[in-house]
Amino acid sequence: MDFLVANIEAIVFFTVAALTVAGGVGVIAFKNPVHSALALLETFIMVAVLFIVRHAEFLAAVQVLVYAGGIMVLYLFVIMLARVKDVTTERVFLSGTAPLAILGGVLLGALVAIGILLGTMASGPGGAAAMQAVDGEILGNTEAVGWLLYTKYLVPFEVVSVVLLVAMIGAIVFGRRDTVAGGPGEGVQS
Amino acid sequence: MISAEPYVALSLILFCLGLIGLMVRRNFITVLMSVELMFNAVNINLIAFSFRLGDLAGQVLAIFVITVAAAEAAIGLGLIIALVRLKDTVALDEADEMRG
Repeated sequence: MDFLVANIEAIVFFTVAALTVAGGVGVIAFKNPVHSALALLETFIMVAVLFIVRHAEFLAAVQVLVYAGGIMVLYLFVIMLARVKDVTTERVFLSGTAPLAILGGVLLGALVAIGILLGTMASGPGGAAAMQAVDGEILGNTEAVGWLLYTKYLVPFEVVSVVLLVAMIGAIVFGRRDTVAGGPGEGVQS
Repeated sequence: MISAEPYVALSLILFCLGLIGLMVRRNFITVLMSVELMFNAVNINLIAFSFRLGDLAGQVLAIFVITVAAAEAAIGLGLIIALVRLKDTVALDEADEMRG
């Protein structure tokens, strides 16, 4: 029991990490895209748990709301809409990309290993209290993130809103029937 | 309290899984899901180092990443709908009109 209490964070982390990786493997291994989507949902929720462990409570809520709620439903809509039948039964994988995938994985692994080494050398105040403070004043995590977002990071925040606008217009343009069928201007058949 | 390294290792594994899925899968929808995996790996990394360095900037950046991921999902799924209308398939190697 004492062992459990003393190592609760490590136990939670390794359990959740195993489930996260299992979900990730499921995403790329399941043949049926609906199964992949459910594995992805499981990964999203496990990542939200990791956010809570690292005292990013606001982001955990955003993760569940935006990813598990919004993006996931969008994916399931499209899966239902696209009525995928051809790729589920026949070949699942693209041909001739396995060597590239392995090479990319090895290179990336080396890159991130360097990142881990550099990260272990970096240092800062750290800890849970710093996740709730702005200029040394203790607030909640949500309030602290909000302060930072609307003061120091206001310009990136506005730029991101433009990105969202562009994405919305793009999604509408791609989703319109006439841009695919007959080109702009002549598509009134829908 | 465990340090940042296990989180970075988990992030690495998740990112590589996403990369593999991105490169080897044929189904456009699954490829987009792999990209979401990679976004999540990046977010884990940001949060881990935000905690380690005691700097909330990582969390703010993670919010931006989530926003861009949402935009990417909207655009990508719009592309899938367009591809299905045009070719009646979601297999990526069927869309080869621009092959040189």
